[in-house]
Amino acid sequence: MRGLADIYAQQFRITLASFLQYRASIFIWMIGGILEPVIYLAVWSVVSRSRGGSVGGFRAEDFAAYFIAMMLVNHLTYTWIIYEFEYRIRQGSLSMALLRPLHPIHSDIVDNVTSKLISMPLLAGTALLLTLLFRPAFHLSLWALAAFVPALLLAFAVRFLIEWTLALAAFWTVRVSAINQGYFVVLLFLSGQMAPLSLFPEPLQMAAAILPFRWILSFPVELLLGRLTPVETLAGLAILLGWLAAALIGLMATWRAGVRIYSAVGA
Amino acid sequence: MGSGRSELGMSPVIRIRDLCKTYVVTEREPGVGAALRSLLHRRTRETPAVERVSFALAPGEVVGFIGPNGAGKTTTLKMLSGLLHPTSGEVSVLGYVPWKREKAFLRQITLLMGQRNQLVWDIPAADSFELNRAIYRIPAADFRRTVDELTDLLELGPLLRKPVRNLSLGERMKCEVAAALLHRPQVVFLDEPTIGLDVTMQRRIRAFLAEYNRRCGATILLTSHYMADVEALCRRVIVIHRGQLLFDGDLSDLVRRFTAHKTIVVQLGESHLDLRGYGEVVSALDGAVTLRVPKAETARVTGRLLAELPVIDLTVEDPPIEEVIERVFAQEIP
Repeated sequence: MRGLADIYAQQFRITLASFLQYRASIFIWMIGGILEPVIYLAVWSVVSRSRGGSVGGFRAEDFAAYFIAMMLVNHLTYTWIIYEFEYRIRQGSLSMALLRPLHPIHSDIVDNVTSKLISMPLLAGTALLLTLLFRPAFHLSLWALAAFVPALLLAFAVRFLIEWTLALAAFWTVRVSAINQGYFVVLLFLSGQMAPLSLFPEPLQMAAAILPFRWILSFPVELLLGRLTPVETLAGLAILLGWLAAALIGLMATWRAGVRIYSAVGA
Repeated sequence: MGSGRSELGMSPVIRIRDLCKTYVVTEREPGVGAALRSLLHRRTRETPAVERVSFALAPGEVVGFIGPNGAGKTTTLKMLSGLLHPTSGEVSVLGYVPWKREKAFLRQITLLMGQRNQLVWDIPAADSFELNRAIYRIPAADFRRTVDELTDLLELGPLLRKPVRNLSLGERMKCEVAAALLHRPQVVFLDEPTIGLDVTMQRRIRAFLAEYNRRCGATILLTSHYMADVEALCRRVIVIHRGQLLFDGDLSDLVRRFTAHKTIVVQLGESHLDLRGYGEVVSALDGAVTLRVPKAETARVTGRLLAELPVIDLTVEDPPIEEVIERVFAQEIP
């Protein structure tokens, strides 16, 4: 364990130093992530006002709260691993990583956590600014805020593992971008990024709840908005734990099979 | 931990027997029609990259592994380091089966590829070294000693503090070599370690590798297109061509076996003599004539030259190693 902590500390220093070299691009990249929920927020606010102040129980200030929370949660659980893996295989850096006595997932964990820490101040500032501009209605209770922390961490872990596993498709096919595109479209709809899930038709809501999508984004947001009872919250956390175990098993099996293919065809 | 780890002192560190690697590649003709057809029916072809290769390396040996592009050198190195799964045959390195990539195995080897890098581009090499220290669990004192030693031998001093992207190719390669050896691997696989470097830098890396081998007793298997690397470092060479082992033995034996000719350089007192009657004239400049003669004829031709011409100086040489190798690959000589 101490060995791993040492590795994480060194990797953190390296990632931090590398990221700081690309401050401008991180900033530009973040603007995209901020702009998207702001657009949804603006559109839905207009829609709710034109419908006499509310759509499906969401008033303009509820939409504001929803999309500000969504921006936070999405940013804090986002990974870019799917884009990167194909490149690693093609360019050969994965081979170098395989020769080290350490699973390559560790450096990705550190990379992702570090990027979140770096962008935290900017993210907090943006959330504050949007709060002042759009006057959102958060109904926060202390227990919900306390439950939000493990919910967010679990959501990040599950999303990270799922996306890391999907990235491994690069072992089997060179057309990973098609798989990515499919995943992101489904994620956009079923995770509540475009609109609150409760506004969706029943079957879609069900699909979102059966699949991991609701839990990795919408669930922490709903919690932050005070829309869940303590029982629903506990159930959600339990479901996330279940997905965590499933994602971990899926990742390990896929990784083993993928590396076998990789080392058969020419690493 | 180790799978059947050998404890015998001088038993081979690396042993491969009947090693084969066959790649399955998909093929298709150019054009849209062929692209559509390939969606329905993929045509594959088996390409043997390594065929029934066997050899063994004793502890501390430095062996040159040579062959033209596509001969199967890198494929073999990848099987030895655990990146590739052999199609058939046996591989054992330090008593481990490489492709299982056990941590205890990975901690004792390194594969350095001249065309690939492990150092992080945007930060100083010293930081990447620290990461390697953590990953390979090198005790702090050992680490510091090794870094000092490598810094000294490779003259890394100021380079370690500069971002890697600001280093020249040669400087970067020196740092890559150091990074690959920080954990003092017992087995070192080098794939074209001097590629693209200038002569001085090549020489420095060579001298360093020889010194590393002397100090650490590491076993080194090295591929290079620069025969100077091989000549300087390896007494023994393994030659591979089209996936098959052509030769395994002393470099001098290789030269003996694969050269049917010797080179005779004569310095003459007069400069306008025609020597075509003695052998093939390779060059003639200011009375210095280089002749190429069949090996069996060497003694007779030398005798005739000395008896019949005003010879000031005469030397008999083997042809340059590059030429020998070229002939081996061209299969000119059986």
